Amino acid sequence: MLRLNKLHKIFNYGKVNENHVLKDINLHVPKGDFITIIGSNGAGKSTLLNLVAGVFFPEAGTVEINGEEVTAWPVYKRAPLVGRVFQDPLQGTAAEMTIEENLSLAVKRGQTRGLKLGLNKERRTEFRRLLALLELGLENRLECPVKLLSGGQRQALTLLMATIGDPQLLLLDEYTAALDPKTAKQIIAITDRIVTQHHLTVLMVTHDLKQALAMGNRTIMMDRGEIILDLKGKEREQITVNDLLAKFAARSGRELTDDRILLNR
Amino acid sequence: MWLNILQGTIEQGLAFSLLALGVYLPFRILDFPDLTVEGSFPLGASVTAVLIINGVNPFLATLLAFFAGMLAGMLTGIINTKLKITGLLAGILTMTSLYSINLRIMGRSNIPLLRETTILTVIKSWGLPERYVSLIVFTLLVLVVKFLLDYFLATEIGMALRATGDSPIMIQSLGGNTDHLKILGLGLANGLVAFSGALTCQYQGFTDVGMGIGMIVIGLASVIIGEVVIRTSKIIFATLGVVIGSIIYRLAIAIALQLGFAPTDLKIVTALLVILALGAPTLRNFMIQDEFAERLMERSVPDAQIK
Repeated sequence: MLRLNKLHKIFNYGKVNENHVLKDINLHVPKGDFITIIGSNGAGKSTLLNLVAGVFFPEAGTVEINGEEVTAWPVYKRAPLVGRVFQDPLQGTAAEMTIEENLSLAVKRGQTRGLKLGLNKERRTEFRRLLALLELGLENRLECPVKLLSGGQRQALTLLMATIGDPQLLLLDEYTAALDPKTAKQIIAITDRIVTQHHLTVLMVTHDLKQALAMGNRTIMMDRGEIILDLKGKEREQITVNDLLAKFAARSGRELTDDRILLNR
Repeated sequence: MWLNILQGTIEQGLAFSLLALGVYLPFRILDFPDLTVEGSFPLGASVTAVLIINGVNPFLATLLAFFAGMLAGMLTGIINTKLKITGLLAGILTMTSLYSINLRIMGRSNIPLLRETTILTVIKSWGLPERYVSLIVFTLLVLVVKFLLDYFLATEIGMALRATGDSPIMIQSLGGNTDHLKILGLGLANGLVAFSGALTCQYQGFTDVGMGIGMIVIGLASVIIGEVVIRTSKIIFATLGVVIGSIIYRLAIAIALQLGFAPTDLKIVTALLVILALGAPTLRNFMIQDEFAERLMERSVPDAQIK
């Protein structure tokens, strides 16, 4: 499904503030895998996701999705394959446009957009059905501008939009970090439902170690641009958050220092 | 006499409302402060004038003016997206180049059109009452353009265009090429501006190379007045507001002239109007803060006395 080969990302290459953010990353993600990614600040988690999405391009190495090399493809060209939900709930939706207009943008994911009206009766019925699945009452507010929604509602809408139009790969970048715990829980439940339903392959960055172990079937830990731990199967089932911290200390030679991680213990 | 002035004012407002729509599109929909307008307005006028004095059908001349403006807008878009030059500067560069280009097109700085065949003289010859030709033609044209624009902004491409200004990261992640959408939007907007220039020169009977100066501020003033008159998040009402705003702006200018303002002072009056309207929310905040601070002071005085 997704294959990262010898991936290097260097910011400000050749300048005094050169920063080697990813070092020789090799990762193979079979179809249907749900990987949670953890690590200290500046470990390269978000950069990794951005390389998969096409926001940045690597200095060396290749990115393959569905057997196709997409290393040089910009974001819009990867859109048919990749859906994304961002940390900032404001980024994933257009505030001035209505709920139905936002959804109609997602329907044409990666397809040529024409001079047909973006909305019609059929689409509205379909949007109502999809929104009802979120169980947030949004199905009755199709014509409401998105700027009037709460952060959680916007994030749920983004999640829905990120999975419309049949992308194979879903990227979640700390997408519940800006939400209150109750809303975060709700969003996670919705995620589980959608991911199972569409058989999606998922990469999720999180600071919540408990969440990292509770969700998905595989966890990778990153530190200073490298993958230092790849947990799956039995080993992952038995591990606790404290084990994770101990493993981090053993592999990286220092404590896992991140306020948000420690707060979430 | 008053009625004549009123009618003339409305006609001008209608002709300029197409310019205002061409300012609304980049400023409000694309979130792109596009200064190309100051060059594409006289571009539309000079293309039309030169074609007309060379015997080209005035309808065809007006249409070609639209496409010329579109090219100018697309050029700004390409400078901005492909060469990564900021939008403001990209517009200024195109606008500056257009000054030379317009002079080249015209061959001199002014072309009179008084005895030439324009779309207005042609339509007059179809038997419309002479007094109302401009009013009728402009009203119909503006309505058609407004509804076409409304329709376009509700299509799949149009919505992607709106999302480009609203949330570029989101529309990219959904497969929209924001570079192309921006170029398209700027092209369309400046096509409208050039169209406005084409109508204006046929209406006033001449084209002057300097007729673009201050157009961006006039367009902005119309957009802002429209937003004050019609508060809405719906496109169809917003574009209606722009048209109405353009007419109200012309009325305000006509009144200012009647009050004895020199025509040369009107640009600063317009600029002040825009500054006031755009600065109003900030000024209001200052006032609210002052008021609040005063109230706090009043409350803290008795406390101090108790001590």
